[in-house]
Amino acid sequence: MSQKERIIGGVANYVDERTGAAKWLNKNLKKVFPDHWSFMLGEVALYSFIILLLSGTFLTFWFDPSQRDVVYNGSYMPLQHVQMSAAYASTLHISFDVRGGLLMRQIHHWAALLFMASIIAHLLRVFFTGAFRKPREANWLIGVGLVTLGIVEGFLGYSLPDDLLSGTGIRIAEAILQAIPVVGSYIAFFAFGGAFPGHVFIPRIYTVHVLLLPGAFLALITIHLMLVWYQKHTQYPGPGRTEKNVVGYPLMPVYMAKAGGFFGIVFGVTAFLGAVASINPIWLYGPYTPGQISAGSQPDFYMGWLDGLVRMSPPLETHAFGHTISWNILIPGLIVPGILFTGMALYPFIESYISGDKREHHLLDRPRNVPNRTALGAMSLTFMMVSLINGGNDLIATHFHMSINQIMWMSRIGIFILPPLAFVITKRICLSLQRADRDLVLHGRETGRLVMLPHGEFVEVHEPISPEKAWTLTSHIQPVAISHVTEDANGVAKPKALINKLRSRMSSANAEQAPAATISEAKELEGGHH
Amino acid sequence: MSNNVNNTHGVERFQDPGLPEHIHRKADHDEGAAKKAERQVAILFLLSAVGTVLAIGSYIFMPQDIVVFIPIMGDQNAAQLGLGLGIAMATFFLGMGAVHWAKTLMPDTEVIAERHEFRSEETDREEFAATVKEQGGAAGLGRRTLIKRSLGLAGGLAALTPIVMLRDLGPQPKKELNTTSWESGTRLVTDPGDRPIKPSDLEVGAVAQVLPALKAGEERTLENVGKDAVLLIRLNPNEFNLDSERLSWTHDGIIAFSKICSHMGCAVALYEQQTKHLLCPCHQSTFDVTRAAKVIFGPAARPLPQLAITVDSDGYLVAKQPFTEPVGPSFWERNSK
Ligand code: HEM
Ligand code: FES
Repeated sequence: MSQKERIIGGVANYVDERTGAAKWLNKNLKKVFPDHWSFMLGEVALYSFIILLLSGTFLTFWFDPSQRDVVYNGSYMPLQHVQMSAAYASTLHISFDVRGGLLMRQIHHWAALLFMASIIAHLLRVFFTGAFRKPREANWLIGVGLVTLGIVEGFLGYSLPDDLLSGTGIRIAEAILQAIPVVGSYIAFFAFGGAFPGHVFIPRIYTVHVLLLPGAFLALITIHLMLVWYQKHTQYPGPGRTEKNVVGYPLMPVYMAKAGGFFGIVFGVTAFLGAVASINPIWLYGPYTPGQISAGSQPDFYMGWLDGLVRMSPPLETHAFGHTISWNILIPGLIVPGILFTGMALYPFIESYISGDKREHHLLDRPRNVPNRTALGAMSLTFMMVSLINGGNDLIATHFHMSINQIMWMSRIGIFILPPLAFVITKRICLSLQRADRDLVLHGRETGRLVMLPHGEFVEVHEPISPEKAWTLTSHIQPVAISHVTEDANGVAKPKALINKLRSRMSSANAEQAPAATISEAKELEGGHH
Repeated sequence: MSNNVNNTHGVERFQDPGLPEHIHRKADHDEGAAKKAERQVAILFLLSAVGTVLAIGSYIFMPQDIVVFIPIMGDQNAAQLGLGLGIAMATFFLGMGAVHWAKTLMPDTEVIAERHEFRSEETDREEFAATVKEQGGAAGLGRRTLIKRSLGLAGGLAALTPIVMLRDLGPQPKKELNTTSWESGTRLVTDPGDRPIKPSDLEVGAVAQVLPALKAGEERTLENVGKDAVLLIRLNPNEFNLDSERLSWTHDGIIAFSKICSHMGCAVALYEQQTKHLLCPCHQSTFDVTRAAKVIFGPAARPLPQLAITVDSDGYLVAKQPFTEPVGPSFWERNSK
């Protein structure tokens, strides 16, 4: 035994004699992780969260979360002697008088964008591949929670510097609170410690931003990863991969080295962006005052869709009995997002209710093989995109020389027409991709080589595909529509007949498929050819 | 995978050919290739070290006031750029080195691990169900309804305390959302500058932001600005399209509106002279100045409140009366006739 091996053995011995963990550690160090680029999206989210913790902690050393009035006398000349809040002044201080401070602010902000972008991409991957199915529903719920909290956390962080742009965002948030029927003005007054803007809001959201929500993230992420660990990762279908195994690389050393290395790469990219790409230059906006505004104000992208919904809302208010209900705020600001996020959270349960599928799933779906789900995803994405684009309608108007009026009407109509259209088109595309798979399995790959038959006709040579490929293209689940009983033996409608009818209808729409090719069919075709 | 049974209804389906054979990398059997990979990894790690030197060097030695121009990105502070690029290099190449190491030199044979259904054995499940029933039964929760109900009551009530304790976060709104500082006779003063204005200070077509003059000893707070900010716009008197009451609220072609958007409270800041429209940059609500700020586009549901103005004995513009309706975004108690 070499010196090194003796030391490693000694450490292992030390740990085991104090914890009895040898068996457990041995098992887990050999834990297998499947490899696929799309499995890195969640990793990026995790790493950007760690970057947020590190850069955010750095910022707390100088940031002063106070709305006390101060007169600025730091080194940024254009704002010398201007009256402003201590929060804004300290953000200027971080940007101009702390070495690396601006860099850290920009890294923090870029990491926040990367965090949101990667959890959303991760969520889409999980959705379109069906990774949320039994037994992983809990992790889906945690994921939806993380996205929701991420939007809130990002908004609060963005609001901390108390510049003219972020102050306007807070003003809008206050108007949403105020619009809540019956209790709205009370909630707003409690949150702001009196009339807007008051002196307590920034200190309060600071506590939420640096303590409460990061704590919640940490707890949720921990449970999320423990579940991934315990339930083992899903894998894409392919030769040798079944519902009963996991094929991949062991945690030690390959996965560990790759994951650690990948963290370095994500950190490097974020630092690069922070170094060269200016983001949120708050010194250009000036301190917040409710009487001013900076033109062309844009929220971060993860808020942009909400802004777009608010912008396209028709001017609806109910005035009755001395009370006012602002539908123009409630519908786009609370009701529609509420429905969307609730629907998203419940989706795994809705899908299994409709399909009647209660089995465990560890092999992922290829999106084309689940046309309805894929189409639904495309539909929701289209809804979000129309909203997001309308959130930038002023930029688009100046950029493409259109009137805001035109864009607004296009969005108002588009938000109703485009999502269903996306559904129909996506479903068609999925089904024709399935047929293409069938053809490929049955007829082989086109080679581009032409041969002349004895009677002079030219035909293209088709090469049969490998057994691996054939298996990958045909091994997916062939869903069966279930019809739910709507009447009893005597033909009398059962209670819940209507719901069951609906369920059957959806179930058969769900099961619409081009059947996977089989060997029998291939043989039959072969027979036909000869 | 019950639905992939090989022979359902006489249909023969494709078979799983099993994991494809492992293809070895060059470095696995060629010592030269392995050495080369090792050198590449080392170079990546050294690049990372160079990055750290660049970062710390920039932090300590680079003067803070050097500006360099970078195409596309514009002017950048050299010290912050050096520090940032240094950190980026240090972390990026450290990561690249580790990944390259894993890819070229660590074992790359795929491993198969077994997976077991989470559902336990039937006997275990039954025992578990029995235990739950038995232990639950021992507590008698099912039978003792009085305990069950009083427990529910107490638990529910206990959760109220933390909510009630949030009460002191702020005062009740009372009438505060309904009122502003404007009173009859309050002078309009410029913002910024706090100078009173005469109608002659404002040319036709001009806009000005004003606030109510401060009383002696009063300070201007942001809460006040958030309700009191007013826009003055001067038109030709014949351009107005107002009823007689609203016309009497103008003075010499000067009309005054609350600057706080009736939608969600942004400052309505953009005035288009040609069309005589006021535009809110937040969600593009557009108000027609000639028709008492009627909403002609966008999500706002109400016109901007109009402030009645006139001149005092010294010829300065003053408010004729307070706003007749609350300014800013709507709220439940707002009485919008
Ligand atoms: C998911 C987690 C987080 C997100 C999405 C997020 C997002 C943001 C954003 C967008 C800003 C505005 C930055 C700017 O442009 O100035 C910000 C500011 C700030 N954040 Fe975070 N953050 C997160 C976590 C944290 C954590 C964990 C801390 C501290 C422990 C922190 C501390 C701060 C501080 C002190 C500021 C204000 C300083 C400044 O703006 O210069 N953040 N955050
Ligand atoms: S706040 Fe003015 S349009 Fe929304």
